[in-house]
Amino acid sequence: MTDLAVVSTGLTKRFRSGQVAVNTVDLAVPYGSVYGFLGPNGSGKTTTIRLLLGLVRPTAGTHRLLGSAMPGAAARVLPRVGALVEGPAFHPYLSGLDNLRRLDAADRTVEPRSAGARIDAALDRVGLLAARRKRYRHYSLGMRQRLAIAAALLRPRDLLILDEPTNGLDPQGTREVRSLLSALSATGTTVVLSTHLLSEVEQICSHVGVMHLGRLVAQGPLAELRARTAPSVEVRSADAAGAARVLTELGLTEVVTVGETATGVLGGVVPEKVVAALVHADVPVRGFQVRSADLEEMFVQLTGEGFDVSG
Amino acid sequence: MSAVELRARPSTRFFRSELWLIFGRRRNWVGMAVLAAVPVLLIIAVKVSPPGGGGGPDFVNQITQNGVFAALAALTLELPLFLPVAVASISADSIAGEANLGTLRYLLAVPVDRVRLLVVKFAAIAVFALAATLLVAGVGALLGLAVFGGGPLVTLSGTTLPFWAGVGRLVLVCGYLTVCLTAMGAIGMFVSTLTEQPIGATIATLVLTVGSEILDAIPQLAVIHRYLPTHYWLAYTDLLRDPVSYDQVVPGLWSATAYILIFGAAAWARFAGRDVTS
Ligand SMILES: Nc1ncnc2c1ncn2[C@@H]1O[C@H](COP(=O)(O)OP(=O)(O)O)[C@@H](O)[C@H]1O
Ligand SMILES: [Mg+2]
Repeated sequence: MTDLAVVSTGLTKRFRSGQVAVNTVDLAVPYGSVYGFLGPNGSGKTTTIRLLLGLVRPTAGTHRLLGSAMPGAAARVLPRVGALVEGPAFHPYLSGLDNLRRLDAADRTVEPRSAGARIDAALDRVGLLAARRKRYRHYSLGMRQRLAIAAALLRPRDLLILDEPTNGLDPQGTREVRSLLSALSATGTTVVLSTHLLSEVEQICSHVGVMHLGRLVAQGPLAELRARTAPSVEVRSADAAGAARVLTELGLTEVVTVGETATGVLGGVVPEKVVAALVHADVPVRGFQVRSADLEEMFVQLTGEGFDVSG
Repeated sequence: MSAVELRARPSTRFFRSELWLIFGRRRNWVGMAVLAAVPVLLIIAVKVSPPGGGGGPDFVNQITQNGVFAALAALTLELPLFLPVAVASISADSIAGEANLGTLRYLLAVPVDRVRLLVVKFAAIAVFALAATLLVAGVGALLGLAVFGGGPLVTLSGTTLPFWAGVGRLVLVCGYLTVCLTAMGAIGMFVSTLTEQPIGATIATLVLTVGSEILDAIPQLAVIHRYLPTHYWLAYTDLLRDPVSYDQVVPGLWSATAYILIFGAAAWARFAGRDVTS
């Protein structure tokens, strides 16, 4: 248990409306990982994050952050956790700088004298230093998102819990945030980031948890999850029907022909054997490809549906 | 996995930030300008058309003899509505305003303990109630003195107090009204924990306050009068008698204390375990 920065058991939230937004979720986020918390809109990511931070009381289940039981240890643990929950939220008539000053003033565990330097450093990291005296209401969506990330970086953190941190950012900003998170991770900060973007997970995450209808349907190192999903072969041939027959005889599943292409899921069959069998059966082969499932397919396999909003 | 044990130090930073949020906000400046405008208008009106003399608890007639009475007259004029509006808008904004903006979740994640948040918010409401009262009294007294000069203070009992003793009575009045308005602020803070709509919370708080004043004015309801939050507000005039009468002031202070404790506890009961989903 001690090697986990975030761990939950049976975490469940049923809202008064009756909606079970989070259903017996057992999170396990190793220290030092970049954990992609993946799921379509409405799958329960934000509610899980609210539960982790103690904003919402669980209907059932418990969790620990950085080794301490929450919510009891909130006063000790949360200063070490930087968080972004469901988008930025600041006082519109205060400047970005004044908003950060207020948040820093609320933290009784920091050194007040270093506030100015820490705030400037955080603003600098997200590229907002020049705009720090502008009122928040005049910030663009991307600037607001950056300010929220700066707020999470007001002091060195051991854990960052970021809910869709690249929402509203332009491609440049998205790249900047990703490299910022990679840099933080390199210094030992554990990062949990929720996202509905598969590409985000593919680019920076070491671990992934997949939410679907309030349940954590898969979790583990990204490479391990990838391996779990079955690779398939794709044969291009003038005799696609013949190729499909060979694939079926070899024991491949989900064999389908579309035009001149036959595909099948390999299962335990090695690709070399497929090629040999095709040649042996005199099937004219024009193209042969082994495809490991990409993340999107993995996702469809896990959730049994496309990437739509779940209710 | 930092081994550094984080220690929370006692600090007034968050409280000061809260005051700065209230007193730095343009909306509140406008409100305070309106509060300050009443004694100014009153003094101009009295200067232009001096009243015919005589006594009476509205204090307006005495302004020409002693400018300090402008403060008492302005407080009397603003107590039924303007001061409650000011305190209601600040207190009802306390939690609901942060919830409405979404800043509440970030404060709690800092973390700010929920009890500490309520205590800081309430303390800031009390400071605002004091500031609003002193603003009205201060503008009235200073401008009144500048225009009409000072003089002895004729008490409601007909006796005369020297100038500085009169100022002392004004300070007592301000203190008493601050306590009364702070009790109302506790009600506003409780209402503020019920909703994410600060405007709705402000209106609800005002309805409770003005409703209490209306019920207090219906003689047939005398049995409940002493339980109404505004019932003892007018007892401040007793502080202008000679000697001071505490028959209503002391129960007024007890009533205010009870309202602060009851609604403070209610706010805590409501807010401590509430899901913050804004
Ligand atoms: N306060 C609430 N009351 C009732 N239902 C809610 C509340 N907050 C969220 N939900 C519901 O819980 C589900 C999960 O929402 P959320 O955690 O925001 O998902 P995500 O962040 O993955 O998009 C949604 O169906 C949403 O409608
Ligand atoms: Mg969300």
